[in-house]
Amino acid sequence: MPFSLLLLVLVGLAAMSYRFGTARARAVAPGRQSQLHSRPMYHGLYAAMWCGVPALLIATVWLMFQPVLVKGLVLGGLPESYSALSEARLNLIWNDIRNLATGDVVRAAPAPEIRDAADAFRRIHAIGDAALAVVCLVLAAVGARYALGKVSMSLRARNRVESVITVFLVASSLVAILTTVGIVLSLLFESLRFFAKVPPLEFLFGLHWSPQTALRADQVGSSGSFGAVPLFTGTLLISLISMCVAVPVGLMSAIYMSEYAHRKFRAVAKPLLEVLAGIPTVVYGFFAALTVAPFIRRMGEEIGLSVASESALAAGLVMGVMIIPFVSSISDDVINAVPQAMRDGAYALGATKSETIRNVIVPAALPGIVGGVLLAVSRAIGETMIVVMAAGLSANLTFNPLDAVTTVTVQIVTLLTGDQEFDSAKTLAAFALGLVLFCVTLGLNILALHVVRKYREQYE
Amino acid sequence: MSEMTASAVTGGQRTRELVAAGIGRRYRAEKRFRAFGLIAIVSALAFMALLFANIIGKGYGAFVQTEIRLPISYEVAVVDPDGTRDPEAMLRANYGKLYRDGIQSLFPEVDSRQERRVLNSLISSGATFEIRDAVMANPSLIGKSGEVWVPASDDVDMLVKGKIDRHLPETARRVTDREIAWIDALEAQGRLETRFNWRFFTQGDSREPELAGIWGAVVGSFLTMAVTLALSFPLGVATAVYLEEFAPKNRWTDIIEVNINNLAAIPSIVFGLLGLAVFLQFFGLPRSAPLVGGLVLTLMTLPTIIIAARVSLKSVPPSIREAALGLGASKMQMVTNDVLPLAMPGILTGTIIGMGRALGETAPLLMIGMVAFIVDIPGGFREPATVLPVQIYIWADSAERAFVERTSAAIMVLLFFLIAMNATAVFLRSKFERRW
Amino acid sequence: MEKAKVRDAREMTPETHVDKTGAKIRAIATNVHYGDKHALKDVTLDIRAGEVTAFIGPSGCGKSTFLRCLNRMNDTIEGCRVSGTVTMDGEDIYDPRIDVVQLRARVGMVFQKPNPFPKSIYDNVAYGPRIHGLAANKDELDEIVVTSLEKAGLLAEVKDRMEAPGTGLSGGQQQRLCIARAIAVNPEVILMDEPCSALDPIATAKIEELIDELRENYTIVIVTHSMQQAARVSQRTAFFHLGELIEVGDTEQIFTNPGHKLTQGYITGRFG
Repeated sequence: MPFSLLLLVLVGLAAMSYRFGTARARAVAPGRQSQLHSRPMYHGLYAAMWCGVPALLIATVWLMFQPVLVKGLVLGGLPESYSALSEARLNLIWNDIRNLATGDVVRAAPAPEIRDAADAFRRIHAIGDAALAVVCLVLAAVGARYALGKVSMSLRARNRVESVITVFLVASSLVAILTTVGIVLSLLFESLRFFAKVPPLEFLFGLHWSPQTALRADQVGSSGSFGAVPLFTGTLLISLISMCVAVPVGLMSAIYMSEYAHRKFRAVAKPLLEVLAGIPTVVYGFFAALTVAPFIRRMGEEIGLSVASESALAAGLVMGVMIIPFVSSISDDVINAVPQAMRDGAYALGATKSETIRNVIVPAALPGIVGGVLLAVSRAIGETMIVVMAAGLSANLTFNPLDAVTTVTVQIVTLLTGDQEFDSAKTLAAFALGLVLFCVTLGLNILALHVVRKYREQYE
Repeated sequence: MSEMTASAVTGGQRTRELVAAGIGRRYRAEKRFRAFGLIAIVSALAFMALLFANIIGKGYGAFVQTEIRLPISYEVAVVDPDGTRDPEAMLRANYGKLYRDGIQSLFPEVDSRQERRVLNSLISSGATFEIRDAVMANPSLIGKSGEVWVPASDDVDMLVKGKIDRHLPETARRVTDREIAWIDALEAQGRLETRFNWRFFTQGDSREPELAGIWGAVVGSFLTMAVTLALSFPLGVATAVYLEEFAPKNRWTDIIEVNINNLAAIPSIVFGLLGLAVFLQFFGLPRSAPLVGGLVLTLMTLPTIIIAARVSLKSVPPSIREAALGLGASKMQMVTNDVLPLAMPGILTGTIIGMGRALGETAPLLMIGMVAFIVDIPGGFREPATVLPVQIYIWADSAERAFVERTSAAIMVLLFFLIAMNATAVFLRSKFERRW
Repeated sequence: MEKAKVRDAREMTPETHVDKTGAKIRAIATNVHYGDKHALKDVTLDIRAGEVTAFIGPSGCGKSTFLRCLNRMNDTIEGCRVSGTVTMDGEDIYDPRIDVVQLRARVGMVFQKPNPFPKSIYDNVAYGPRIHGLAANKDELDEIVVTSLEKAGLLAEVKDRMEAPGTGLSGGQQQRLCIARAIAVNPEVILMDEPCSALDPIATAKIEELIDELRENYTIVIVTHSMQQAARVSQRTAFFHLGELIEVGDTEQIFTNPGHKLTQGYITGRFG
């Protein structure tokens, strides 16, 4: 039975239990419904929960672990000779088996043991699916039977239903924690494996990055070199360029919006500016790579400069534009948080508007603005698509904005897309880079939120 | 006493003069500053206008496609040599010969093998499949002949649309003079037209730009978004309700709260790494599947939805809670019957905004293999698929000139969906916005 | 004695006193609207030079609104319209030719809540002279700052920590800092909008003492909630009620022999 059908059947059964539950509750107390502890609806929900929840839980757990289980069983069934193979080789074989079993195109003439394994794969799957269906349906039936049997005047159905919902609420809020734990563990775990191959110091302070050479074992310099400094400088350079665009433009926009603009102008311009924030980054990347970069290159040639076709400048400029609304909305918030009394004080002394803004409002809002800029920097560092499409792959150690540089995120994408073995140093390096990225952005965020919060407290 | 007053007044006179002396300079500075602000906004908006104009300018051409009308005779000898009408055999027939014969019949003077090959290349290889599908759908065509519109190759398409400049010297363009002559001849005969490009909206990806469509990516996006919505909405609302209405204010809930705020600012690509390590490596879920894409985007969108939902719940005034509790409702009844319905418009708005972000997200999906070249329209949550933004990324990386047009058109479609979603959010907000 | 001093001032400075009646500021039929709200109705009032004029009345009566008309602070509020005439030394301050920056340099203001800028004490006081270019060099600026702080009676308390942030002072000190800041521009008129409402009684007493000293050099208008304060510091008192000016006269007369029932009701505490 396909999983979606099973799901539908379970939902149907739960709905039926609900109806039976309410009907039964009404029947238990004909005409004396006010004497029921819980309203019939809750009896129905109680029955539906007993019917659906255990079965769904089992089904979810099975769905999560089925692939691992099947793989273990099938590979375990292969002849002795296979058990000595490396994990990478086994993964390739596993792919073949799976493709064969699901009827996809495979290499010509698979070995007989592979064919057997594919049969086993299909068999195990079939058995598993059937077993799951039977277990789920039995559980559902038993649950519904139990709950319906308990319907009575005094059953505290509402309280039980509510406690189940409470458990669900608590569990949901744990998802956020689990996500963080998952991120930290997976990054740490893979990074540790990487650092077993490449010393952390070499990774963090090495000046040469060329993971490509690690592709084939017999190549010269097959170990590859994983000095990430050029990546860090590249990331910094592009972030710096983007900040040079985003901070002045964003800040001045916010100032103009909140202090000068007519209400009608603001009503039009503000949402328009926010549209910039809603444009997917892949669109910016496309624009940067196909329009801005060639334009900058041409301009450079006009004035006799040699500009790389994937210059840091193009990526940085476009990224800066992407971040403008971010900076401007944060600046807007903090500028509006400056009490009117500050403005009044300056105006009453005869300051002009711009004097008030420059000498009083901006200095007063500065901590908040700094916090916002820190958040924007963390955005820029973590931004991926623009740099993947518009910045290069060459890990140059340079601060010339007209050169091509590469960034941490570009390298993560490059290392992990395309075919690769999962535990090669190359792949694991992506996780180490991810760990660095995670730590830096997290640090920036915590710092920024702290600064902003302190700033808010100042005026509350 | 009076001396002091006098000095103050004459001092006042001096002050006035000094103030008057500086006033011109100060107002000029004021104007300058104001102009900077306006320039900042205008330049940001101008950039946006440029971006949209650029994309529309590049992409609108993709909504039409150059097609060529060929005389096709469905020869029995080619299509069904055994005369069995066996679908298996018919599928394997050499339909390419039909359209090649068709175009060569229009230019009988071309006889060298090499030239014929060039002539054939005016037609997209997709013609083969379109003719095949027509025959399979309607076997009665066999033995007959007729006029059929087939797609032209991408180079022809680009030339007709003016994206390849025919005035360039021959060596500088991808289309030879000879080919241009043929194209002009076809056009003169009324056999060449640009027609609405239905393939773009109904086909999956293809290596040939003239055949590539976004339907596969749209379906992939839809499936991925379905998973994301189905998971992130209930989880997000449940978390928000718990934190806002039930959770005790203690260290533990503080941790959850800080954690959610930080998650909201983690680069999306890190979620991709999480998906790769946990969903693909640990749980062994299939690569490139909308299921996994949806899971990753769920984790990424959750903080947005939770934060929006909490703000919305917070804005429900305590008086409503007190009224419900005062009438003897349990806390859960108060939340489900009174508070949640009032907060729902705000929660929905936040959800739509979160979904919009998820729809435009690319980077984490690259990590879980949704970047593969996938021709088939995905049929389920566990089948390989790609999504619109990733499709854009893949096409943007392609060398063919004609893909630029497709990419821009795909961007227009993506932006259309995003604008539609955001308009819904704005509408919801304005319609149900309530102030107490 | 008081009266004599006023007359002196008038005789000494004929050029600033175009108006024959001796009014420094004169409002004629002034109306203020906030959107649809008619906040100030037809107020006609003279403010005499060298005196302290107090505006009293229950909250929302328009006294602060009227005060803010006098240096055009209402300009900064969106949707606020002022009609009628307000003249200072005979010049209409709402005349389009009058520059609001120059006007505010002549009419200083102190607010209800002390609002020092988040800068050092020195920079707070130096702010006005700096933007207006009143000091040719650092020494002159130093002198202006020191004199202003001295006049505000704050110098002794802060002279060792001029670079400390102004926000670090106590409430009363902050308010005197704001007064010093206003004085530094050397205005002719100082408007005070309930300057003591956020202060404790001791700080209030100090400010009141200061106002009395400042009267010698400046025309002062003070909005106050406290009738005792009005009686202590002012020479003339105007009573506002629901946006209308009910009565104006010498403080003594207003408090001992009010001409209007409403005034009497207010000062005897029947409403407030």
